[in-house]
Amino acid sequence: MTIHNLYMFDRHGVLMYYGEWNRKRQSGMTIEEEAKLMYGMLYSIKNFVNKMSPVDVREGFQCYRTSKYALNYFETPSGVKFVMNTDLHSQGVRELLQQINSQIYIEYCVKNPAYKSGETIQCELFKTKLDELVKQSPIFKS
Amino acid sequence: MARPGARVADSKKINSELFTLTYGALVSQLLKDYENAEDVNRQLDRMGYNIGVRIIEDFLARTSTARCTDMRDTAEKIQSAFKMYLGVNPTVTSWSPASDEFSLLFDQNPMTEFVELPDSCLSLKYCNLFCGIIRGACEMVQLEVTSWFVQDSLKGDPTTELRVKFVKKLEDAMPAGED
Repeated sequence: MTIHNLYMFDRHGVLMYYGEWNRKRQSGMTIEEEAKLMYGMLYSIKNFVNKMSPVDVREGFQCYRTSKYALNYFETPSGVKFVMNTDLHSQGVRELLQQINSQIYIEYCVKNPAYKSGETIQCELFKTKLDELVKQSPIFKS
Repeated sequence: MARPGARVADSKKINSELFTLTYGALVSQLLKDYENAEDVNRQLDRMGYNIGVRIIEDFLARTSTARCTDMRDTAEKIQSAFKMYLGVNPTVTSWSPASDEFSLLFDQNPMTEFVELPDSCLSLKYCNLFCGIIRGACEMVQLEVTSWFVQDSLKGDPTTELRVKFVKKLEDAMPAGED
């Protein structure tokens, strides 16, 4: 099991943070372009999923899988979006994303008066703690 | 600054008197600086708004709550947030016929425990911070609301009543360059 990378978007679609762990192949785009495409795709897929759903959806889109990797998606009701690419065997990625939200993003960004929403996250403590959490996770280790 | 040790979201306790007095000191300093109760109300509302847009993230993560389906749902959550952050349990009443407007009644309010308003600032809304917090927090979950004080026990009313009114639902942000 392994974790490839993580994107965090704010409610306006601005890329707040990008982290990379085991990504062997790059897309050949700048990270800004990549994030823009990623957000656009998520926006469309989310709307499509909700539109097509035969019953009323609450959570909606959660993940997609390809033959090589899975994209996991978690969005808070306030519109903060977490996207994590992992390999196909990873379990409990959603829980990990929730942990990143409650233990890292909220603690070190939301409660940090120096951080203004809508900005790229510059806080060193956030980066260190995120890296720690990801590397401690069983999804990363095995 | 975020505290390095605070990793798990636990409900830390602080002395409520210290909190009450700190808030009192803040309001009275604002009164000195602005010399006008209306301006102080506005400032308190602004400060509350800034608190609200952040505190909502904490609230959502701690309660892992889903999106509200109607205003009654929202009212219940606002009520539980007051309990969680302030230790008071306001009553939700006085629904408008269209269910888009309600009141929160506060029997007790730790914020006003040692407070007596002098005659010179009768237009001061001492707890206007609350209105801002509710507005800010709701805005982050795509709800535009307005809130204001109807009654204030500091001004001799029998209770403190905070009114919340639904204005409109805000739409999800569109990605740049897409219509």
